[in-house]
Amino acid sequence: MAQHQINSLANAGLPVALTTVDKLVNWGRTNSLWVLTYGLACCAIEMMASGASRYDFDRFGVIFRASPRQADVMIVAGTLTKKHAEFIRRLYDQMAEPKWVISMGSCANTGGMFNTYATVQGVDRVIPVDIYLPGCAPRPETLQYAVMLLQKKLRKRSIFQKQKPKRLV
Amino acid sequence: MRPYRPKDNVQKKSYYTDRFWVAPRIPEEPVEDEIFKADLRTLKKEIKVKKAYIQRGQLVIIIDAKDNVKALQVLKEKCGYDILSEMSAIDYLAQDGEFEIFYQLLAMSKRKRVRVKCRIKEDEAIESVEPLFRSADWSEREMYDMFGIKVNNHPYLKRILMPEDWVGYPLRKTYPLHGDEAAQWYEVDKIFGKEYREIIGPEQRDAAYISTTDTCNFARIYHEVPRCADPNSEPEKIESFNEDAPLVETFDLKKSKIVDKTR
Repeated sequence: MAQHQINSLANAGLPVALTTVDKLVNWGRTNSLWVLTYGLACCAIEMMASGASRYDFDRFGVIFRASPRQADVMIVAGTLTKKHAEFIRRLYDQMAEPKWVISMGSCANTGGMFNTYATVQGVDRVIPVDIYLPGCAPRPETLQYAVMLLQKKLRKRSIFQKQKPKRLV
Repeated sequence: MRPYRPKDNVQKKSYYTDRFWVAPRIPEEPVEDEIFKADLRTLKKEIKVKKAYIQRGQLVIIIDAKDNVKALQVLKEKCGYDILSEMSAIDYLAQDGEFEIFYQLLAMSKRKRVRVKCRIKEDEAIESVEPLFRSADWSEREMYDMFGIKVNNHPYLKRILMPEDWVGYPLRKTYPLHGDEAAQWYEVDKIFGKEYREIIGPEQRDAAYISTTDTCNFARIYHEVPRCADPNSEPEKIESFNEDAPLVETFDLKKSKIVDKTR
């Protein structure tokens, strides 16, 4: 007998797997999180390293997109300047619902060491953030862990649940 | 290159506590170099030179602000200083009520550098040197952006780094590091409008900031309350482990066995 032959006696004699719609949809959603590349500074180098072959973000279904229309997650990697703040908000608004934001690195979280007039003191002043990722700059493993946490967050959510308006700050 | 100074006793010198310590100034030497002397002679025929001296092997010429284009033209066309490596301004408004504008020139053929300095008042404008040196285009825009110095006959005088609707000039000494009010609320005003200032709140710039009244973002040790609860509410009772129970068992010699020999 060939090894790959289906055992019809399992699963109550039927080649059927039962699940809920939530689980099925969330399974698809969590395993194809397409992210909008938002490299603003040196954190972008780590983000690129996570996407490259050594850390291989494709394993998680994370594929970098250059268009907000095709993206589910925005990874803000780097220092956000006040001049750029309106553009990050515009790109966030252009992303299709449901959408999530990972704030990567100290600068995106709180402004970091750039305690100056020209730096936005945390991207959460402009867009709502789901996951804050500490580090300066976070290693690729840390970014992957952040995506895994985001996946965990998504699995808990029912797909019929309306996305609540997110708290900005 | 700056001369090397041994840094072994850097900690012993109390620069920050010595009130009478005066920062050393770079000495001004008379112009004795033959090439610089010739250049200065050529320049003096055309314009009035207020002062000229050598600092660290570079000729510094102080001129009147009206003559800046003429001076740079003479230095470029007759003396061979064909590169404007840097130009900007220094804010001396508090000290003298003036800006100092400097042009750093380089002659590759002679391996010599010349710095041309001039001073203008706050409300005055300077003539553009962009027709002579293309690199002055962005430098003058940056000077306008950072100091608010107007440049006459500039092809495209616009802010280069800060957004166009920015208020104030960041490199002036009077400009606060954290920005004025317009700067602090810039992104909020621009994206959401002024009515959102109260919702979003002021910028939190203290890195070690811990609020005792904010239970949503901070936990107080030994005063654990549920998330976002009233900070004055009674803390939750935390079950502590039995402190009498030993964590490490005492060694019983009778139960142990002594091995005769090891492998």
